[in-house]
Amino acid sequence: MDAPYAIEMVNITKRFPGIIANDNITLQLKRGEIHALLGENGAGKSTLMSVLFGLYQAEEGVIKKDGKEVKINNPNDANDLGIGMVHQHFKLVQCFTVLQNIILGVETTKGGVLQMEEARKKVMSLSEKYGLQVDPDAKIEDITVGMQQRTEILKMLYRDNEILIFDEPTAVLTPQEIDELMEIMKNLRAEGKSILFITHKLNEIKAVADRVTVLRRGKYIGTVDVATTSKEEMSRMMVGRDVNMVVEKEPAHPGETILKVENMTVASKLHSNNAVKNVSFEVHEGEIVCIAGIDGNGQTELVYGLTGMEPLVDGKITLCGEDITKASIRQRSKYLSHIPEDRHKHGLVLDYPLEYNMVLQRYYQPEFTSKAGFLKRPAIRAYSERLEKEHDVRSGQGPITIARAMSGGNQQKAIIAREIDKDHKLLVAVQPTRGLDVGAIEGVHRNLIKERDNGRAVLLISLELEEVMNVPDRILVMYEGEIVGELDPKKTTVEELGLYMAGAKRNVGIDANTSEIEKTEVIDTAAEGKEEA
Amino acid sequence: MKQKQSLIKNPSFQAILTSLICIVLGLFIGFIVLLLINPAGAGEAISTILLNFLTRASAAAQMKALGNTLAKTAPLLMCALSICFCYKVGLFNIGAPGQYEAGACIGLYAALAWHCNWFVCLLLAAIAGAVVGSISGALKAYRNVNEVISGIMLNWIMLYLTNMVLTSKSVKDPTSPYTIKLSSGNPKALIPSAGLNNLFANNKTVTIAIPLAILFAILIWVILSKTKFGYELRATGFNKEAAKYAGMKEKQNIIVTLAIGGALAGIGAAFLFLTGYQEWSTTQTSVPGMGFNGIAATFLGGLHPIGTIFASFFIQSITDGGALINKSVYPSQISDLISSLIIYLCGFVLFFKFAINNWIGKKDKGGPNVNDVPVTDDAAKTEGGDK
Repeated sequence: MDAPYAIEMVNITKRFPGIIANDNITLQLKRGEIHALLGENGAGKSTLMSVLFGLYQAEEGVIKKDGKEVKINNPNDANDLGIGMVHQHFKLVQCFTVLQNIILGVETTKGGVLQMEEARKKVMSLSEKYGLQVDPDAKIEDITVGMQQRTEILKMLYRDNEILIFDEPTAVLTPQEIDELMEIMKNLRAEGKSILFITHKLNEIKAVADRVTVLRRGKYIGTVDVATTSKEEMSRMMVGRDVNMVVEKEPAHPGETILKVENMTVASKLHSNNAVKNVSFEVHEGEIVCIAGIDGNGQTELVYGLTGMEPLVDGKITLCGEDITKASIRQRSKYLSHIPEDRHKHGLVLDYPLEYNMVLQRYYQPEFTSKAGFLKRPAIRAYSERLEKEHDVRSGQGPITIARAMSGGNQQKAIIAREIDKDHKLLVAVQPTRGLDVGAIEGVHRNLIKERDNGRAVLLISLELEEVMNVPDRILVMYEGEIVGELDPKKTTVEELGLYMAGAKRNVGIDANTSEIEKTEVIDTAAEGKEEA
Repeated sequence: MKQKQSLIKNPSFQAILTSLICIVLGLFIGFIVLLLINPAGAGEAISTILLNFLTRASAAAQMKALGNTLAKTAPLLMCALSICFCYKVGLFNIGAPGQYEAGACIGLYAALAWHCNWFVCLLLAAIAGAVVGSISGALKAYRNVNEVISGIMLNWIMLYLTNMVLTSKSVKDPTSPYTIKLSSGNPKALIPSAGLNNLFANNKTVTIAIPLAILFAILIWVILSKTKFGYELRATGFNKEAAKYAGMKEKQNIIVTLAIGGALAGIGAAFLFLTGYQEWSTTQTSVPGMGFNGIAATFLGGLHPIGTIFASFFIQSITDGGALINKSVYPSQISDLISSLIIYLCGFVLFFKFAINNWIGKKDKGGPNVNDVPVTDDAAKTEGGDK
């Protein structure tokens, strides 16, 4: 029991046909430390964690718990060893309460009757001890993503897990919730828990982690102390070259109006009130306009209304001088390219090969379909090969790779390649860097700026503060379905942006059609809250 | 060794192999059942099922029996194609029997009451099937009603509607529960044999329906894999949201798919009743098995239109063979029991495919591999279908 490491993975090698996912990787997690696991998409982080969790068996190498070799054949074994995991996509039963979800699978019963009170006591004491605020009787479908995550953490603690794995836990959280999570992780560490923290975000590693292990293309690059290593050094370890952390761009030269949105109102699918309320804005050629805001303030519905996925309740959209308010998705696609928010739900047909996905927006054009209605397979193949080459889309078998088998980063690259290559005047990019690593993000940003410099209008919807501050030429802030602020990224600060995003400040829509920053006015948040009620 | 490895990874080879495993397993279980009932006749019974028409005494009788089996294979193949086509678009067309009933209803009514010729009857049967199919399609597209539920309900609605319509005076034989024989009622409505009957000891039920059904199978395969239309339909089946995002009319595609599926099943009915092989019994109280057997033929055929041709023939052949089992040794239900056991096992095709891939994965020391991806997905889909 004197071994310094809570869990050790020594010289792990895991091969898949044609690829070595983990090549002799060693990961040593000290007791009571937060250990970050950093790497690009496809670097082997998930595979390594799957080996630790018993989902895969490694060909070589051993896993040791407290210095003793252990065999983990399935997730139950991992659980028995006190290893718990918060998955990126939560595994919660939507119509159960928080408490029911926490005890699910380890219920205390007496003669077949659930002993909920006992469980409730334990959950509440854990919740207090670690500062994990939850409402035990709220249903999962009614609570925020942040609380859902706290429920997941409580699930691990309820099972007395000592080794906690967090798989990209911040991807779904607002900036405030991220701060809270960081605090929670520190609390857990103080209580002696050992944490493995999978992420690509260097800021977060800097904020909480003690040590970081870096993987690149399946290989072990090194383990370093976070305190003595700069962000630049870490990103160099991860990507294997210097990464430009600041987005370089020339000043914008906006031209004619490409997109004009007037008084757009879009219904919400979840609530009875409208998700987008009376929104008006313009995007010009040669500029990047970013819609910033905390997730769930109407950005998704705004994009649905704009791209034709949902009908408008009210308002008018003009694209390149044509009224497209009632136009179909196909008609809009003449001028509009759309990088969707959810690449699995909308962006790709995952069971189609890559080549078929590459022509998803163009398959019907004469270039790819003959007059008789037959697909021109050779043309599709050649087109896919060209896009793969130009945009460095990597896949196992080239054009015939099933999209599902590709890494997330390469799936996104394929979508971006397809949307940029297609004829368009306006590019709507919704969280285009979501889930991507530093190297890939840099590439996406370069592409967006190239689009702008080629005279296209770009509408970027982003939740990442760093992206909002660095990429666009103009920022529109959305709060509760309205555009509440228009900011110049060169003249504003992250703090000010945060105030607009939280609804504490507003400079648009006070008087009709005013957008000058001088008119900034602080609105009492309490009053706003009352108004809503 | 290496070649063997790569052969077993080949998807087409896997499809054929798994289908064969299912057949062998089905026969084996059937054999055990026969042994349990009466060990003495089991060997003979199982060989009768397998050999079917070959058990006949003379060459001419054999050809005639083969002709009968083929005549019933054509409608079964059409039903299987209906299910296969819809399945490729992500829809489980368990309403095929209802569409088949509609085809029988209008096809026979047009033949006997309106005295149309066979081609018009065939066309009307296709349209009737398409209309019934598109009811399920429209419910699915606009109200998200599960096509399995609406399909099953329509199966019963169409059964009794057909019974009712075909009981009318001009159509039903007054002395029996059956519709009037086409040969006496309206010979024009019989699908022509075009000389094919001569190949099968002058079996008049052997008609051009058989080659037509095979042509339909090839046509469906070409549409699905080679055309823009098939590209759209399959994209809609795989991911409705992505199809919508790409500007495809995903709702319309769902309706069109079930309408085509319905037309295929409707033609299937015409291919049986317009050959004069059989008449519709207006007192039947169970949904005809043809549509349901189509499901088995689809899966046994590896969900491939061409594979479905062979699977349909096999299933029809064992069904006919089952009818020849010695009834003095076994109860009369045995033939249906054995053939349904084998058909049931055919549904395990995807399971065996999954098992083979797992086994390959273990052999490669690689756990789940890239090949697993489409396979597990298929398995997941059957689960969905079963719901």
